[in-house]
Formats: sequence, structure tokens, C-alpha cells
Amino acid sequence: MKVLVPGALRSYTGETNVEATGDTLLALFADLDRRFPGLRFRVVDEQDQLRPNMRVFVNGLCVRDLGHALQPDDFVAVVLALSGG
Amino acid sequence: MNASPIRLVLMVATRKGAWLFHGDTQRGAWTVDGPHFLGHTISHVQLDPRDGRTLLAAAKTGHLGPTVFRSTDLGATWKEASQPPAFAKPTNGLPARSVDHTFWLTPGHAGERDSWYAGTSPQGLFRSEDGGITWVPLPAVNDDPQFREWMGTVQDGTPDGPKLHSITIDPRDPAHLLFGMSGGGVHESRDAGRSWTTLIEGMEVVGGFDASTVTFHDPHCVRICPGNPDRLYQQNHCGIYRLDRPGKAWRRIGRSMPAEVGDIGFPMVVHPRDADTAWVFPMDGTDVWPRTSPAGRPAAYVTRDAGQSWQRLDQGLPKEQAWWTVKRQAMTADALPEPALYLGTTSGELWIGHEGGARWVNIARHLPEIYAVEVAVLA
Repeated sequence: MKVLVPGALRSYTGETNVEATGDTLLALFADLDRRFPGLRFRVVDEQDQLRPNMRVFVNGLCVRDLGHALQPDDFVAVVLALSGG
Repeated sequence: MNASPIRLVLMVATRKGAWLFHGDTQRGAWTVDGPHFLGHTISHVQLDPRDGRTLLAAAKTGHLGPTVFRSTDLGATWKEASQPPAFAKPTNGLPARSVDHTFWLTPGHAGERDSWYAGTSPQGLFRSEDGGITWVPLPAVNDDPQFREWMGTVQDGTPDGPKLHSITIDPRDPAHLLFGMSGGGVHESRDAGRSWTTLIEGMEVVGGFDASTVTFHDPHCVRICPGNPDRLYQQNHCGIYRLDRPGKAWRRIGRSMPAEVGDIGFPMVVHPRDADTAWVFPMDGTDVWPRTSPAGRPAAYVTRDAGQSWQRLDQGLPKEQAWWTVKRQAMTADALPEPALYLGTTSGELWIGHEGGARWVNIARHLPEIYAVEVAVLA
């Protein structure tokens, strides 16, 4: 599926639009980490929780449960929260 | 006369990145290298003294989680740790924790090549045995119910999170370790971190709290004397202390500081060879704790008699209306025959104190808020 990553993670991916697979968001981040080592821990902590200032949208809907099921044609956007003022 | 092959490097960690300053033994001219990791919050940058070229930098950003960057060429190139410090999944029914940031980095014992220790916020102790590429938690601290009680919650710590700091290794014995927690006291291990005893006897706490409760103890910075590793100095939330082993009780040596200045501050610096000489940088800990230079007049203080007396060192520093202060990792001394001091301010200024702080000269201004300053002498 298509994944939009924020500019702050471009040092890992080299681009903002990437492809990844997974039947849940956790599996998706595991796949992203295999391809872009280190990316997952910047977004998801060691207790499998989304970090406080990160947001994930699936088909435009904000999701915090990383067990959220995904379909192959979903569009996932990983974005930085508007927490900087 | 040929130029000396010896050179110095200052490692400056700030709220918005890291800078390196290269100088020679004259310590009069500095070449700046940076910013590295612009926009990252860098809590600490440390050089591995065992190889003189490996740097570790503790980093995070406002949004992204914590990590450690590693350079094996003095900062020319960097690579991220493959397994940064991270807590284990919960055990013993204890609440799960996540590392917010790595706060403190300490190279391991000289005889343990590639070993490093890291302290985190919230309080955690980690070890690497591969030069900082992978890190493992020390469960005797991180997952121990008694330690977890002493650590308190994130609401009990410093404004940007409770910290494990001052990770100290006895140069005579790699298994002899110490660390401090803000809050949570000073702790010592003699078996490489498998078991720990608490070292708080003699340390005072804020009025109204019970000094026998470890949680209430707030060591700001603990240092071991290279010239006499049986001697420790400590800058605490409640004064300046010294401990001479095998004694177990800290003695408040800050009582001999001028009353109008007090003995509250963050950094503690020890002389590379003379265990009777140490430096502090007092801040205003009165009233609502402004945490500024007392009266807006910054100064270091030195003792040359193990804390019996203190002398003010402010020549070259602003004489008035300077309201910055110096954080616990932001003051250090080099190991040259006549050591110089170095400090970084909360207002982004980098200073050198020639002749042990007798003459202060500015090296840089307008950096971001400085969190840590380290210095290394490179052959």
C-alpha cells in the first residue's frame, strides 16, 4: 500500500511516498523498518505505542491503535502532530 | 618552533544540534565544525578516549523518538545506532516505560574496549558492548521494584523529565560503578551493575521531606577524582558535598561558600590530577528557584583544599545583568598540565576559563541553549 512519510523521516526513506505491506499498522511499521532501518523506533516506542507527537491517518481517518487492520489498497499517512505552535 | 601535534576538541550539545570546536594547546583559537543534526535536541556528545575518534551523540527531535548517532571519524560522518536504548517490556507487574531521551553517555572502563553506558529519561541504565551500536537495559536498575519506587513518576522529576546521570566508572575497577538520579539518590555497584547499594547518608533534602526516603534525594552531578578515585564530589539540589571512601557519609562542603551566593547549582568539575581541587558554578536556588546566576553575576568557584574554602572566579565574565546559568553536563576541564575550564550557558555562549578558571574568554555566542560541553585532548 502507499505510505506517506513526513519530511522528518526522509533521511531514512529518501522520499516521502513509499510502498509497504502489512495487515496491521504494527506489521506495516515492521515492514518499513526492515526496508528503512531505524525508522520504526522514531515513530513507535518500545511498548508498541505511537509516540505522543506523531499521528497516523488511514484513508484520512486518524488512528492511534497500531493493531488497526489494513487492506492492501489503504492509504497510510504518517505525519507530525501540529504540536510546535 | 613546530606546532604541537596535540590538539583539543570541544563537544557542544545543544537544544538544536551539536557543534565541535577544534583548537590547539594554546587554547586561543578555535575552528567550528557544525551544526551537526540541526534541529535535533542533543543531550550529550562524548568521545571514546580509548580510540580518540569515536563519537556518540544522544539525540531526539520534538516529534521523533530518541536515538544515538555514532561517528568513527570525529564527526565527519555519522551512522545511527541499530538498537538505541529502549526499556524492556514490563515485568514484575511494573508499569511499562518508554525512553523519552538518552540524557547521559559515559565511555566504559579503559580496559573494556567498546563498552559504553547510557542514562535516560525517565531513569534507566543501559550498556553497550559494541561501541554504541546496540544497547541493552540493566534490569537490576530498570526493572527492580525498589528502584522503580525511588524513581517516582515523570511528575517527580526535573521539568524536562527525571534523569539518570553521572554514570561513573572507577578507573581501578571496571565493576565498580556509580550513578545519580534526579530524583532518586546516588547508587553504587561493585559487581558491574548486578546489585546496587544506596549512597545517600549525609545528603540533605528539601525542608519538610524525610531524608531517609531515597526518592527525595536529588543529586545534580557526581564526579570521581581521577587523582584519587576514593574521593567523590557532588553538586546536589541541596548543597555541595564530598565523600571520601571507604567512608559512607557525604559531608556538606558547600557550607563554606559565601552566604549571598549559596551552594546550589548543577555542574561539578574535578581536577584531572589534584583531588583537593574542584569547581562549581552556583545558581540562584532561593525563593522560587530562578535557576539564574545569583544576582545576575555569573562566576565559577574553586576549592583547592577539598572544600574547606572557595574562591570566586569571574574575571572576564559579565559583571552584571547576565541571567544565564550552566547545566549539569555543560562545564568541564581539560587534562593539560595547567587545566582550562570550559562552560556552555543556557543563553548559548561557550566560554573558556584559562588557568583553571582565573581568566574567562568567550569562544562562541548565539548558539542554541547549551546542554553539555565535553573536552578531549587528542594526540
